[in-house]
Amino acid sequence: MEQIEFNYPAKRKIAQRAHVGVVGSGDLEVLLEPAKGEVAHVFIRTSVDGFRDTWKAVLDRFFTKYDGVVRIQINDAGATPGSVHLRLEQAVEVSER
Amino acid sequence: MSNQAYSPNFIKRRSFIELNARERASVFFDAGTSRELLGPFDRVESPWLPMQGVTPQEDDGCVVIKGKIAGQAAVVVALEGAFQGGSIGEVSGQKMTAALDLACADNEKGILTSAVILLETGGVRLQEANLGLAAIAELMASILALRKHAPVICLTAGTVGCFGGMSLAAGLASYVVMTREARLGMNGPEVIEQENGVEEFDSSDRALIWAIHGGEQRYATGLADALVDDDTPQVAEVIRRFVSKGVPPEHRSSQVALYRNRIAKLDTSRQWDPKEFRALWTTNASNEENR
Repeated sequence: MEQIEFNYPAKRKIAQRAHVGVVGSGDLEVLLEPAKGEVAHVFIRTSVDGFRDTWKAVLDRFFTKYDGVVRIQINDAGATPGSVHLRLEQAVEVSER
Repeated sequence: MSNQAYSPNFIKRRSFIELNARERASVFFDAGTSRELLGPFDRVESPWLPMQGVTPQEDDGCVVIKGKIAGQAAVVVALEGAFQGGSIGEVSGQKMTAALDLACADNEKGILTSAVILLETGGVRLQEANLGLAAIAELMASILALRKHAPVICLTAGTVGCFGGMSLAAGLASYVVMTREARLGMNGPEVIEQENGVEEFDSSDRALIWAIHGGEQRYATGLADALVDDDTPQVAEVIRRFVSKGVPPEHRSSQVALYRNRIAKLDTSRQWDPKEFRALWTTNASNEENR
């Protein structure tokens, strides 16, 4: 298991937290919570080691569109980059419902 | 061809099996009465999994929701089959046991509180070994304490099924509810094949496995009290019915003499076919009732 952390600049306050997904094979769990300051913090624990660059690419892309001041925790059980992106978008959708 | 041919009933159904544990646990409650206890944001996860390089889940694969079912207080505990095979670790086991103990305490205070346990599990979580075994022992003690006051209903819907120590917990339930897709048994097919060889039990023979462990056979031989379709409204309705029904006059696991006699009468010198066994078991049962 590998732990990875990233920070992205953010400015928009969000009101509601969201939890989506399951730590099942090929899937992941996302916990998205409102935070303070002007930064979005992402904390990842993944069962598959050695994919830091791929995680960075997925999150860089996600944060080109998302600007919420949040703390995101990801517990991953080998999800593909596509699944990760979909779960992140689902978490945003739930938090803005 | 008519449209009917293109849309059989199972397509129109709202599947229960396709729901995750949290969604499953939410479907039984009267509107606006439920709240989750120790949810993922409380971050009570397994301390043991990360030490072994396994990603934990924030609710440890156990969802606890308290509320009212059919107007009566109830707690629903659901295991997430997709996370570590629904296995019981220290945290998930404690969550289940504590939920049932709190329900028991409420009953003792005069607040009738039932429990519904949704089992999708292979039993003890091997990474937590003895702590998982201890958790199952505690859980069984808690079921025995609670079922004196209010019904404890176990539902196994599939696709994981209910195996290992948790099948013993299911055996203590006031009522067991299954779908055709679900399986219930002590040792799983792969375990039996691994220990006794493929001649004993071929774990790739799905027809054989479901004929023995499947919900239909368990219901036909009296080890389950209801057989439901993979249909969320139907599952919820059956659970509500058992909550309202209250404690059965005699629990299945208390009928020791009955089952001992049945097993004693069984000719174990030959291999029984599941269908044949079903017929024999039900004939024996009706003879016992006639006596």
